[in-house]
Amino acid sequence: MQPHAESLAVSVETLLEWYRTLVFVRRFEEQTERSFRRGKIGGYLHVGIGQEAVPLGFLSAARPDDVFFVSYRDHVHTLVRGTDPGAVMAELYGKLTGTCKGKGGSMHLFDVARGNYGGYGIVGGHLPLAVGAAYALRYQGTDRVCLCFFGDGAMNSGALHEAANLAGLWGRDGMCPVVFVVENNQYGMGTSVDRASAVTDLARRFDAYDIPNERCDGMDPVGVYEVATRVVEEVRRTGRPYAVEALTYRFAGHGAADLFQPYRSKEEVERWRQRDPILLVERRLRELGALDDARAAELAAWADQRVQEAVAFAEESPEPPPEELYRDVYGE
Amino acid sequence: MPEMTYREALRSTLVEEMDRDPSVVLLGEDIGLYQGTFRVTEGLLERYGPKRVVDTPISELGFIGAGIGMAMLGLRPVVEVMTWNFSLPAADQILQNAAKVRYFSGGQVSVPLVIRGPNGAGVQLSAQHSQSFESFYGHFPGLRVVAPATPADAKGLLRTAIRSSDPVIFLEHAALYGVKGPVPDGDHAVPFGQAAVVRPGRHVTVVAYSRMLHLVLAVADRLAAEGIECEVVDLRSLRPLDVDTVAASVRRTHRAVVVQEQWPLFGAAAEIASGIYERCFDDLDAPVERVTGEDVPAPYARNLERLAFPDEDRIEQAVRRGLA
Repeated sequence: MQPHAESLAVSVETLLEWYRTLVFVRRFEEQTERSFRRGKIGGYLHVGIGQEAVPLGFLSAARPDDVFFVSYRDHVHTLVRGTDPGAVMAELYGKLTGTCKGKGGSMHLFDVARGNYGGYGIVGGHLPLAVGAAYALRYQGTDRVCLCFFGDGAMNSGALHEAANLAGLWGRDGMCPVVFVVENNQYGMGTSVDRASAVTDLARRFDAYDIPNERCDGMDPVGVYEVATRVVEEVRRTGRPYAVEALTYRFAGHGAADLFQPYRSKEEVERWRQRDPILLVERRLRELGALDDARAAELAAWADQRVQEAVAFAEESPEPPPEELYRDVYGE
Repeated sequence: MPEMTYREALRSTLVEEMDRDPSVVLLGEDIGLYQGTFRVTEGLLERYGPKRVVDTPISELGFIGAGIGMAMLGLRPVVEVMTWNFSLPAADQILQNAAKVRYFSGGQVSVPLVIRGPNGAGVQLSAQHSQSFESFYGHFPGLRVVAPATPADAKGLLRTAIRSSDPVIFLEHAALYGVKGPVPDGDHAVPFGQAAVVRPGRHVTVVAYSRMLHLVLAVADRLAAEGIECEVVDLRSLRPLDVDTVAASVRRTHRAVVVQEQWPLFGAAAEIASGIYERCFDDLDAPVERVTGEDVPAPYARNLERLAFPDEDRIEQAVRRGLA
């Protein structure tokens, strides 16, 4: 697939900003892997390394008052939405200053003030929530939309079928402004899409629900942004759902425990690395004369420093006190 | 006090709360055009229109999950399950999302959601349609679980449920929809976690909820003719569970019988008996008696179904054992 988009109106400033963001979230994720190995982060850890263009493109195209739901691979979405990296790292470290007071961890990053309605740990389990959220946004008379990010693995869950059917139904009345964003990273854990889905063109499966759909290159942020801008605005205008299958790839393992990756070859990983979203943006910036080695090094240093600040904040933050155990179970 | 049926109590509460609060919406299978399987939502589609009374496909996982999402964004959905047996495809949504999202978000979201419909057995619906889910859902922190036995409590608990900021498992009973009773006027609301002593007595405490309460009251009438006075406690809520009211009664009577329709293992009666032992072991003059459904899937045949669930005779025998 060819990278889109010399044509698109993304300013050099925006592209540079995206580059900074991409470098930062990559360094952040690499740090989480180190912290996990050092025992600072527990539980599961699913990093978004390689897949950053999808959340970056879609959340850049969305309005600040739009909302989103995401799978457990939720760090990048949360960071590009503008949540304080210190709070994200502190959540991973299980600290009181974390996004969820240390009660959610890696799989459950929330920032409702920024429209982040959370990461969810059951594959496909958040899809119906997003459909209901979209209904509520229309019911309340707004033109906000709901983005629902999930992996190719969720495509084979019953939740996908039920959520998509309801979205298709409610969309007829303009009552379901949801964008289904399939982050097709080629594998549900170690099972490739062609071993898991009878129809491997995942976008086309939304035809069954009368939901307009398309596939896009999920490695090039400019291309993703172009598609996302058009789709989000259409959904905002019509109140109807839309599905985009973004073809992407995770360079890291499924989770921190996925060390040997017997299900894929080094050559395959290397092939996809040629289309690393950071490389694609960097190449374009260099062509435009907006980035040179010195500037790149400066940005990398800035990103590293910001990551280290987040780590320091997490390290120094207090653990949740014992009474937090009993808080937030009920509202009243 | 006006008399009305359990069904009318539920329906009129839906109307009052929908009139009061535009964020209350209804979802469920055949609740609109069809008027509701048990006619609890009769006339509501006409009254409120299809955006507030949403007929759904047979898709519990989908529409219960969507109800949770609506609630997270500030609506107050009341979702009807045609029976609680059909909630199982949505168990992941209820247990993994509704019950926990407040907690794992660190308190950033609420789920003011009611899921309501008939629970339990006794109308020859056989194995897949006769189950009781109070201990299943009652096991999970984050949920509220209530099971009203009377029209007054159906109204009072439903009002509290709709105004609650937590997900509420609202267990009705198919055999109760036609039961009539007095219902207080006005803004009648029953708080969660308050059992009621519905009949005072000196000799034995009998604890029940939902349909079983009516059998227990009939048994109490029978035994009263012999001078045996049962103190009958209606739990009304299972989570939170008001063991204090039960224990206070047992301290007076020194004997306890707990009645449930569901299976014995890990059931509500075991929890209540345990709560009694923990609080007032020394006050007991006899072990706590349990009356439960038999430990088998529900049969269809009328005679077998009668054997499978507690009836007045079995409750009476248990009370007599408790008094021995």
